Order: sequence, then structure tokens, then C-alpha cells
Amino acid sequence: MRVVLAEDLFLLRDGLNRTLREHGFDVVAVDNGPALLRALLDERPDVAVVDIRLPPTFTDEGLQAALQARRQRPGLPILVLSQYVEQLYANELLAGGDGAVGYLLKDRVTNTEQFVDAVRRVAAGGTVMDPHVIVKLLSRSEARGTISSLTPRERDVLELMAEGRSNAAIASTLHVSESAVAKHTASIFAKLRIAPSDDANRRVLAVLAYLKR
Amino acid sequence: MRNPGTRTWLALGRCHLLSWLAVAETAVWSVAALAVLGLPVGLGFVLLAPAATGLRALSNRSRRWLGTWSGRPVGGPDALPARTLGRSRRVFAILSDEGFWRDLVWATVDPVVGGLLVAVPVCLVWFGAFGALVQPFVWQHLGPDNWYAFVPVGSTPTALVAAALGLVFVLVGVLLAPPILRLHERWSRLVLSPPRHAELARRVARLTDTRADAVDAQAAELRRIERDLHDGAQARLVAMGMTLDNATRLLDRDPEAARQLLLDARDTSTRALDDLRDLVRGIHPPVLADRGLGDAVRSLALDSFLDVDVEVHLGGRPPTPVESAAYFAINELLTNAAKHAGARTVRVILDHDGRTLRATVSDDGHGGADPARGTGLRGIRRRLGTFDGTLAVHSPPGGPTTVTMEIPCALSSPKTSSSSGTD
Repeated sequence: MRVVLAEDLFLLRDGLNRTLREHGFDVVAVDNGPALLRALLDERPDVAVVDIRLPPTFTDEGLQAALQARRQRPGLPILVLSQYVEQLYANELLAGGDGAVGYLLKDRVTNTEQFVDAVRRVAAGGTVMDPHVIVKLLSRSEARGTISSLTPRERDVLELMAEGRSNAAIASTLHVSESAVAKHTASIFAKLRIAPSDDANRRVLAVLAYLKR
Repeated sequence: MRNPGTRTWLALGRCHLLSWLAVAETAVWSVAALAVLGLPVGLGFVLLAPAATGLRALSNRSRRWLGTWSGRPVGGPDALPARTLGRSRRVFAILSDEGFWRDLVWATVDPVVGGLLVAVPVCLVWFGAFGALVQPFVWQHLGPDNWYAFVPVGSTPTALVAAALGLVFVLVGVLLAPPILRLHERWSRLVLSPPRHAELARRVARLTDTRADAVDAQAAELRRIERDLHDGAQARLVAMGMTLDNATRLLDRDPEAARQLLLDARDTSTRALDDLRDLVRGIHPPVLADRGLGDAVRSLALDSFLDVDVEVHLGGRPPTPVESAAYFAINELLTNAAKHAGARTVRVILDHDGRTLRATVSDDGHGGADPARGTGLRGIRRRLGTFDGTLAVHSPPGGPTTVTMEIPCALSSPKTSSSSGTD
């Protein structure tokens, strides 16, 4: 699997490069915005791992390049990493509505398995959202009373669903059976009046759209 | 915008007001002159304070009118010496007050210049009205030597001529009112504006105050950052070092325990990063640096529990310190709206009129916000003061609340995104 990696700090780039190679990825590494955009369009990667803040402007160069590349190649899978998560940026990434995006705090790379799993999920067209984004969305929804009908367990399931996890992953995190998770998700969709979907990615997007209301 | 007709009649009305003011000036001026001249015989000690107060009331009335009518406020002098001083000390204080003497000079000259100026349209209109409306009915009773202006009114035709002439006078008077009022405005601005050195002195005093506030605020901010680092990230890194040390020692003896400690260390590093993130967000939020005020406020809106509607009309970016001050002020106002006002929806409007950045935050809460009592609003006002910015709060009990902040600044031309060009 071919991955474009954009990170300007040498130590992090080197570490990520090694981690990804160890897990069988073929890595093209770049360290600035214009080079990233070229690589995204020319190298035809299966997935890109992009730091938001890149030279030359050291603002949201990486995000802009990612959005630009996705405008030209819709559905190009991109996982964005950042020291901060902003709902605004999450919305911009999700705006296309076709998934294959991820948005994670840089801290998450310290857990290699979860990080590599996230890269694979995005490459497969899935949606991965950082728990920080979801926690904020959930506390906002709670304050606004839009998810007050859920039981605490259903709320937990909703949180993991919004992060983009599969039923199997949710079951193992919560130490319950997969059929129990399926029951919870059905109940959540019924209570929140979200149209259920068998497509895993559409399910994530529907949940995120509901929480953003 | 009023239509020209209304503006003309308004100008005529204002000329009337100003001419009455000129009469009042003359009256109060006589008392003040009497007071100054009567100082040697003691009369001045009784009369001076009330006369000075009266003069000041008149000149301030004139300044207020000038400010509201022209839309450009006029600065006034410092307040007169307080009543608490005691009679004789107060009299001497008034005599050494520059504002009093300027008032006196104004009251001496203004009736002659300003008063006569506004008298022109007023007299024309009333004299014309007399010719047009009264002469035709009374000329028969006035005898053979009855003249209206240069027309000897002794017969019906001449009375009609007088009436026509009167109408012309009225017309000329009405049409003259707006230009005369503008002339009067220029004259009044000349005599009523505080002298330049007084304005400079006041400006220096204000700059000294706001600089002290800015320095205090900055020192407090640095102390907060130091404390947060000390209690947060630093402490966690120390704990992490200790955990790693323990893990190293346990590595051979009890690998399972060492493994647990290493996982703990990883969690601690994540929490240290969380602390640092919160700290940086409080210093300068990344989205503000990346995208500027508009998107940073949109980001606040997304994080708020309320329905926040954001409208941005900015053609560029304000200077970084102004952006930051406005951002944190809006953040605080949104928090206030949620916490104290019980609001459900908030509307934030950002615009810039070429000279001033204006941020308006209005909510549908129960109102009653008072900048004199709330430390939050006072703090915002103080921080904006560093930039000569102002904060106006309109919050009647029962709501809604509208807070308007204005900061004079220029906008830089919009930064072109480096990724917008493809190659």
C-alpha cells in the first residue's frame, strides 16, 4: 500500500516513516505544503498521512493541500494529524460527504496499533475522528438535550461509533458481545431517528451529522 | 437618511434653538462679567460659582448639539472645581481654570458671531411671515406711512406685492438655514473644541493609564502561564521520568509490572500534551493564527452549546494583537450569554468600515448585564482600552443584550492561500 507522508519535523517524520514501513506501507515522505500537493496528485497514493501545520506558512498549509487534492481527486483517502483538533477543520474535511478522511491528534501515533489501524481504515474509505472531537460534540449535544433519550451504555456506543469504529471494535472496547452492540446501535438509530445503514462509513457520517446539529 | 426637505426644516428649527441659546449666553455672560468685575468688592465670591456653572452648562449644551447634529463629537474641558472645596478656594480654583476663561470668551464672542449668523434665517422667515400673513390684513389700520421692507403698503396691489415679497423672504430664509447652520457648526467647532495642548494632556493621561493596564495584564498572563506550566506539564514530565526510572529497574525482575509502568508513562505523556494544548489555546489559539478572526469566531460558535450565528464582513485581517483581543472578548461574551443571560441563540457580526473593527454580539437572554458590576465586562473594556477600543453594552432587564465593541485599526490585505495555485 502506497502512502504519502507529510510532516516537517524530522524526528516525527522519521518515526512515522519507520512505523509505516514496519507495517508494510510503501512511504513517500515530504516536508512542505507545495511538495505535498504535488505528491498527492502525482504519486497516486492509496492514502496520505498529513500534518496540518507545514512550511512555508506554518499555518494550515497541510489541510489546505489535502482539501485541494480532494477537490481534484474526490475520495482520495487522507488522514490529517494535528497538535490540536478543531471542529471547524473536522467539518471541512467531512464536507465532501464521501468519507475516506481521518482527523487525529498527533498524540495518537504513540499507540502504534491504533494509529496503523486508523490509516488502514481511512485507506479503505472509512471515517476516523479523534475522540477529542467526539467528546466535544457529545457534551454539546448533551447540553442541548438532543441525546437525552439515550442510556449511558448507548451513549458510550454512540461515542465509539462517531469515532468511526466497527461493531467488532466497539464490542471489544466495551467488553460486550457484537450482537449486544448491534442491539444498542439499532436502539440508538431508532431513538435519534437516524436512518440505519449497513454501510459502515455512511453510518459514521450520519451519526456525525446528527451530533453537529 | 432624511430627505432634503425634512433636513431643511430641521436646520431652520435648529437655527431657532441656537438663537435662543445666544440670548441665554448673553444673560449668563453678564452675570459672569459682573462676578469677575465684582471680585474686589466681594460680590464675585457669591456670583462666580453659579455663573461659571451656568456658562459651562450652556457651552456643554452647545457641544452636545454640535456633536449630535454633525455626527462628530466635540471634546469638552475638564469638569469645573467641585463644590466641596469651600467658597473662596473654589472661586480661586475657577479663576485659574482654563476652561472657565474659554467659556467666558466664547460667551462674549458667540452671541455676536454665531448668534447673528443664525439670526439671519430666523429673522428672514419671521419677517417674511409677517409680510405674507399679517400685512394683507392690517395695512388698512396702519395709516399712510406703513412700509413693508422697501414697499410702501397703502393699497391692495401694494399689499399683494408685500405679501409676495414676504413669501420670497420666507423662502430665502428657509433655504439659507442649512448652509448657515453648517457655517455655525464650523464656527462653534473652532471656539468650543478644547485647545490642542489640553487634548494632548488628556491623551497622555489616557495612554499612561492604558499602558499600566496592559503591563499589568501581561504580567498577570505570564504568571498564569508559569503557574500552569509548573503545575501541569512540568509536573507530569517529572512523574513520567520517575515512572520510566521504575520501569527500567523492574525490566529484568518483573517484566509484566515494567510493561504496566511504561503504559502509565505513555498515558502521562498524553496528559502532559493535553495540558500544553489547553495552555497554548489560552495564549494564542491555533485556528486564530491559521485562519484569522472570522474562522476563529466560527470555531468558537461550533464549540458553543448555544445556537451561534456568525456573520463576517472583513476584507482582510486586523493586526494580530487586535485579532487576539477581539477573539478573547467574543469568547467571554459567548460564555456570558450561556452562563449568565440564559440565552438560546446568539448572533455575532464582524465588520470593518475602513477605520474601525466592529464586533456586535447580541443574545436573546434575559439581559440586565451591567459593565459597572460585572468584572468580566470591565476586564474586556480594559483590554480593549489598550487599543483605544470601546465597549458599549445595551442590556435592559428582560433582554435582549447587545454588546458592541469597536477597535480602531487597519486591515491587512487578505493573505492568498499558498495552496490555491496549482502547478
